Amino acid sequence: MSEILIIGAGPAGLSGAIACAQHGLKVTIIDEFIKPGGRLLGQLHQEPSGEWWNGMKEAEKLINETKTLPIDIRCGVSVYNIERHDADWYVYTNEGVFESPYVLIATGAAEYAIPVPGWTLPGVMSIGASQVMTNVHRVQVGKKGIIIGANVLAFAILNELQMAGINIERVVLPAESPISKKESNPEEVLKILTEAGHLAPSALLRNGSKLMKIDSLRRMALKYFPKGGMKINGTPLQLKKAAIEIVGNEKVEGVKLATIDSQGNIISGTEKLYEADFVCIAGGLYPLAELAAVAGCPFKYIPQLGGHVPIHSKNMETPIPGMFVAGNITGIESGKIAMAQGTVAGLAIAMASQSNAKIDEQLQQALQKVEEVRTKSPIQFIPEIAEGRLAMERVWEKESNRGELERVIF
Amino acid sequence: MTRIVHHPILGSLNNRQKFSFVFNGQELEAYENETIAAALLANGIRTLRHHEESGSPRGFYCNIGHCMECRLTVNEQANVRACLTTVKPNMAVQSGKQHPNIVKRMVEENE
Repeated sequence: MSEILIIGAGPAGLSGAIACAQHGLKVTIIDEFIKPGGRLLGQLHQEPSGEWWNGMKEAEKLINETKTLPIDIRCGVSVYNIERHDADWYVYTNEGVFESPYVLIATGAAEYAIPVPGWTLPGVMSIGASQVMTNVHRVQVGKKGIIIGANVLAFAILNELQMAGINIERVVLPAESPISKKESNPEEVLKILTEAGHLAPSALLRNGSKLMKIDSLRRMALKYFPKGGMKINGTPLQLKKAAIEIVGNEKVEGVKLATIDSQGNIISGTEKLYEADFVCIAGGLYPLAELAAVAGCPFKYIPQLGGHVPIHSKNMETPIPGMFVAGNITGIESGKIAMAQGTVAGLAIAMASQSNAKIDEQLQQALQKVEEVRTKSPIQFIPEIAEGRLAMERVWEKESNRGELERVIF
Repeated sequence: MTRIVHHPILGSLNNRQKFSFVFNGQELEAYENETIAAALLANGIRTLRHHEESGSPRGFYCNIGHCMECRLTVNEQANVRACLTTVKPNMAVQSGKQHPNIVKRMVEENE
């Protein structure tokens, strides 16, 4: 039995493990994937400073550090239930039941799907799937691709695909449907893109992003948006084209696109079939939080964090005794933030098990580090992320004022 | 499909152990430490199963274990996710097939 069980060996889980193992706690990390590192493994981009963020190397560094500490990493382990009895957590997996007084849930995020007719055809995948196939498994996803959905994640991964020599023909929007909301509206998409910083397509959006925050200018930019699209390192971003159907017999053969107006309405008679052998759907990310729900943790819906998130304090504790959270499960941000939050959670757990002034000092520094990383971040997946974090702080305050008695209900 | 052996930043992949495994009775080549989904795609195979009810072809969608679209039968164990399972020498992999739906057929016949 370990003293802390961490679910998820990504940036948050690994950093959390290192932080509490440095204070002598015995840690077990479990993860479903074939190797540790989580979504760090696929990340590869150049920062505005010119420095490269090579997630594979970052993961390696963390994994090497865990080897010097009492940390056991178990891959290929899937969790299907979690329960608390007396003072211990029981985590049910395909490899048996893990028992531990503390649990850190660092399960990361999942991708929102944007169902488009024909999206179950082989060759259609989430944008994240193409990243993993390219940078982790090093297998080409196809010869001619179309990305449906224009957001920060899509552009980051488009860049990675281009680096690996994968040909993306165009980036288009999903046609309007009850599920695709903002993603189908060129005006809304342009608003989001102005927050994409150096990842934004073309110098006009990058340098003009401050101007583009002005509504009237944005509308004008859209009116004169080139029909063929705006090139992103060779790939046209077509804000006025929407995917209405993915077609193919047995596998993807092409995508039917239509021209749309600046509100996303389809202009009839403009449908045309474009050839492709793979399609990536980019719907954005949401916190992968089912396990916290199964454990009975209360949730709050905060759109600025990416959706429903388990209620948690700045120290990453939840209202449930012995349960902590860190990383994208608490809100959609970069891997760097996940690492910083993991350290906070690890130290908070160390504090909970053996409170002392030295750990507390480190915890305060780690909390500061989270803020620092966020302020320095050149891009944000969700522009209003700081508001989202504040909203959660207020929720936590209320939660802690509710008193122990009421909390027992959970 | 082909593999990305050389990468300008991530470097080249060399000296990887090769072995064979079997998919639907066909012998295919795989590399050590890769998933079944990656090995199949590298062999040009996108269709991992046919939907149990409709029979429509399906491939991997999320590639990280969330969507359950890539489930296969591996060494007689059903519902194994191809994207989370490391391929092993001589592994016997079988794609999922459409299930007979007797009730549906009966309804169709009586229409």
